[in-house]
Parts: sequence; structure tokens; C-alpha cells
Amino acid sequence: MIGVVSYLVFFTTVAAILAIAVLGLNLQWGNTGLFNGGVVAFFGAGAYGTLILGGTPQPDHLGGFELPYLLALLGGMAAAGALAWGVGVLTLRLRHDYLAIATFGVAVAFENLMRNAEALGGGAKGLRGFERPLREALGSGFLYNLAFLAFVLVCLVLVWRSLDRLVASPFGRLLRAIREDETAARSLGKSPARIRLTAFVTGSVIMGLSGGLYATFYAFVSPQDVLPVLTFQIWAMLIVGGAGNTRGAVMGAFLIWAAWTASGWGLSRFAPVEAQLYTGSIQYVLIGLVIVGMLLWRPQGLFPERLVVSQSGREGARSTQGERQ
Amino acid sequence: MAEPILVTEGLTRDFGAFRAVDSVSISIARGTITGLIGPNGAGKSTLFNMITGALAPSAGRVRLAGTDITAAPPDRLFASGLGRSFQIPRPFARMSVLENVMLAPTGQTGERIWGPFLSRRAVAAQERAIRDRAMEVLAFMTLDGLADHPAGKISGGQMKLLELARVLMGDPQVILLDEPAAGVNPTLTGTLIERIETLNAGGKTFVIIEHDMDFIMRHCDPVIALAEGRVVFEGSAAEAQASPVLREAYLGVMADG
Repeated sequence: MIGVVSYLVFFTTVAAILAIAVLGLNLQWGNTGLFNGGVVAFFGAGAYGTLILGGTPQPDHLGGFELPYLLALLGGMAAAGALAWGVGVLTLRLRHDYLAIATFGVAVAFENLMRNAEALGGGAKGLRGFERPLREALGSGFLYNLAFLAFVLVCLVLVWRSLDRLVASPFGRLLRAIREDETAARSLGKSPARIRLTAFVTGSVIMGLSGGLYATFYAFVSPQDVLPVLTFQIWAMLIVGGAGNTRGAVMGAFLIWAAWTASGWGLSRFAPVEAQLYTGSIQYVLIGLVIVGMLLWRPQGLFPERLVVSQSGREGARSTQGERQ
Repeated sequence: MAEPILVTEGLTRDFGAFRAVDSVSISIARGTITGLIGPNGAGKSTLFNMITGALAPSAGRVRLAGTDITAAPPDRLFASGLGRSFQIPRPFARMSVLENVMLAPTGQTGERIWGPFLSRRAVAAQERAIRDRAMEVLAFMTLDGLADHPAGKISGGQMKLLELARVLMGDPQVILLDEPAAGVNPTLTGTLIERIETLNAGGKTFVIIEHDMDFIMRHCDPVIALAEGRVVFEGSAAEAQASPVLREAYLGVMADG
């Protein structure tokens, strides 16, 4: 029994951490229409940043600043934000698929940098020497994991509620207008470049928070944690849940993470021995199928974006047609 | 003639070896509804795009109420009092009609990312004021019944009314309309014309591009005609109707093309 509960705590922690990253992507893609194909770079910047700033001194790589944990986490988020700002200034003139390709390239470059720059991130061996916060007070067992889950959930709820407030505000309206038609928005006095950059950096800082929490959870990060597949998983979560809807983003994260875990378990349990070698690849194919299938049959996701209407609290009049003359 | 509010001086635009607009100097008087006509390829849209900052002129200047606005970015022009519509309407499709209109006012406190967190009260108060004003404007444009509909699902004519509604939120002095009557049913065109005339009586200046000679002759005065990138006629609607030059230039080219 304790095994099941313990597993559920583990599962929920990872799913909630990923949900934070999906919320960041939702701000960029769902609200602003920015196609970030390199989610994992900003996630990774948060993860590496947090561990480098908060870890103990190590002989063979950068780090050991031993900052208090929350400061290290904020530092990781700032690293993700700084990376996003640099990438954003260079690429935000690009649209849609071009922006996706450019950001995908950034993510691949990030992974390779971390794999090869041993003095920076420990190379392929990854970053070690990070002590999880409050370890002495809470021990390293079930209680610790429960407390950490609580912390992750607090972060998730804070991010979720803040984004809901942001999206309901005139700022959110501005993001949607830029997503819908940049030329029209400009003709109404809005400056898309600045707003796109703000949304891109903010979304990436949120991804950095997710990465920082992820690295804290494992007290370790290596180039294996920043592979492109994570970008696709996070995208699948958003597409399945519903772009433009924060609840959809969070639900999508839990659903896809459950499906991913279950498919991994199922394949290892039931697939023939000869296929065992390929379970990883089969999972990649499955995640691709989920993305394509959703885009074909339910592109708006399980929880579609709601229309903002004049009386708050009323359901969106999404399906009703305007009177045609 | 009343004081000019929008002036172009020698405005020229080349596309490679092709001169789309050739040294156009026009002067729009404050409080008029000026019609801009010309056959396809006469340079109307290019001229429009240069005035609205979408396209940089190869030569020449544009002045709005005495201020040089040559090649100013479109997002600055709205704040300086120039509003425009598009030939093919550009609604924010997956936003409600009301949201489309509420977006328009410039300098909203809540448009800054910290606004909704740090100045919550101020933003809420501003939102109420903007919402009330938006509903008034929508009612004026006969769109209030559609406030909660997705803007991408209203008719093409209603989209043209919506574009004018959005522009009105910025209270511009000059409004440029690009083919407001094209592809719109007569009832909605009638509504649009009535509203334009009401606004004009209230002091707003309009510049209207139209293909439809009949529309221009009935609702615009004065009239400016372009052909092959040059101004071929400038005068009152009555003069336009009597002008052999205009008939020949405009209808002649029309007959050719």
C-alpha cells in the first residue's frame, strides 16, 4: 500500500513539474501564438542554473555557490529568462515555422553545449553535488517527498492563478490580438515586437522554474534530461489539453504523463522480448501519433479556449454563429 | 478651402523599375469626406500604405496636422490621430466582438504585464470605463447584439463596421477607409454610410478609397482621382461629374483593363 501511495506521490510530483512548463508554453503558444520549438533549452537553463547556483563546490565543473535554495531557484529562472531574452531579440521577427526551427536549433545547441562543456555543466556525466533543501530536517524518505510535492503544488497553483489573472487582463487581450492579427494590432497602436518578447521571456522563465524544480527533485541534471523529446512531450500535453486554456494545459500534462508512464510500463511488461530494445522508440512514435491525431480530430484540445464575453462568468458563445445577413 | 489636416508632398514609390506612385501631392481638408478613386493599379493602395506607415516612400513627405509622419511606424500613427480600415477586413477572429473593440484604446494601464498585479484597482476601473465606451460604440455601429460573438464568425459587412468601431475607440481625427463598400450588402453599406456621415458632422475627417464611382459621387466631396500613379483630377464632386478628363482617364482605362 505504501508502495502505491509512494508511487503516486512520485508520479504527481513529476506531472505537476511538467504542468508548470506546459503553462509556460501555453502563454507563448496558446495566448500569443509564438511557436517555441525549443522548450527544453529554457527548462534546461532553469535546471542547470538552479543546481550550479545552489550546489556544493565541485572540482571538475562550475558551481558550488551554495546559495539558499529559493535564491538558486530564482537564479535558474533568471538564467532561463536571460536565454529567452537573447534568443527572443534575435528571432522574434521570425514567425511560426521559422521561429520553431530557430528555437529547436537553440535547444539542440544547448544540449550539445552541456554535453561537451565539462567545465560548465559536468559534461555527459551531469551536475552533481547538489543537496536537496531541508534534507536534514525532513530526512530523505517518504516525508521528504510529500513535502516536496506540496512545494511543487504550491508553485503550480501560484503560476496557474497568476497566468489566469494575466490572461484575463488587458495584457492578455493584447497577446490574443497579436496572435490573431499582428498587422491589425499595429494599426490600432500596439507594438507587437515588445509584447511578443515579453510573452516569450515570461513563458520561458516559467519553463525555467519547471526545470529548476525537476533538477531539485532528482538532485541531478545531465544532458539526458534536456533531449528534444521533452519538448515534444510538453507540446503534446498542451495540444491534448487545449491551447489557450490553463486548465487544459494542466490536465494535458497529467494525462500525457500518465499515458507516457503507462505505455512504458505496458511495453516493458507485455511487448515481446525482441521488441524490448525498441520500447523507447515505440513511445516516441506513440507521442507523435497522439499529437497528429489530436490535431486532426480535435485541434482545439480537450479543454478549448474560452471566449472572453461581456458578463464575466458566462460561458463563451464559441459555437454560436453571428447572424448572417 | 478649410485648413488641410493630411498633406502629402511629392510622395513617390518605386518597385524596382516600376513607379507605382509618382510624386503625388494632395491635401485633405479638415472635416471633409474625401474620395480617392482610380482603376486597378492606379496606386491607391500604395499611396494608402505609405500614408499609414505600412510602406516606406521612395521620396516625399506626409504631414498630419502639421506634424511630419513620413514612414512613422503604424503603431505610432494611431496614437497621433490616424485610424484606418483594411480592404479585406482583419478582425481578431478568435476574440469576441467586444474584446476586439476594447483592445483599441492606447496606453491602458493593464497592458503592462505588472498592471493586473500591482495596479489591480486602477486596471479594474479602467476596464469598466473602456467596456462602457466600447458598448456605446458598438451600439452606434449596430453591433451591440453581437458583442459576445467571435469576431471571425460575423459577416463581412459586419466586420467592416467592427473595424470602424475599433478605430473610433482611439478617437482619431482622420480615418482612412479602404473600400468600405466592397462586397458588402446594401443594407449594411447604408448603415456604414449613415454612420460615416454622422461622424463627419461631428468633425471627423474621412478619406475613402473606392472603386465604385457611384458611391464616391454620392457620398464624397471633394474627389481625387489617380491613374498610373499620378493625380489626374482633384476637385469637388460636382466638378468630378462634369470632368471630361476624369471620365476619359478613369473610364477609358477601365474600358482597356
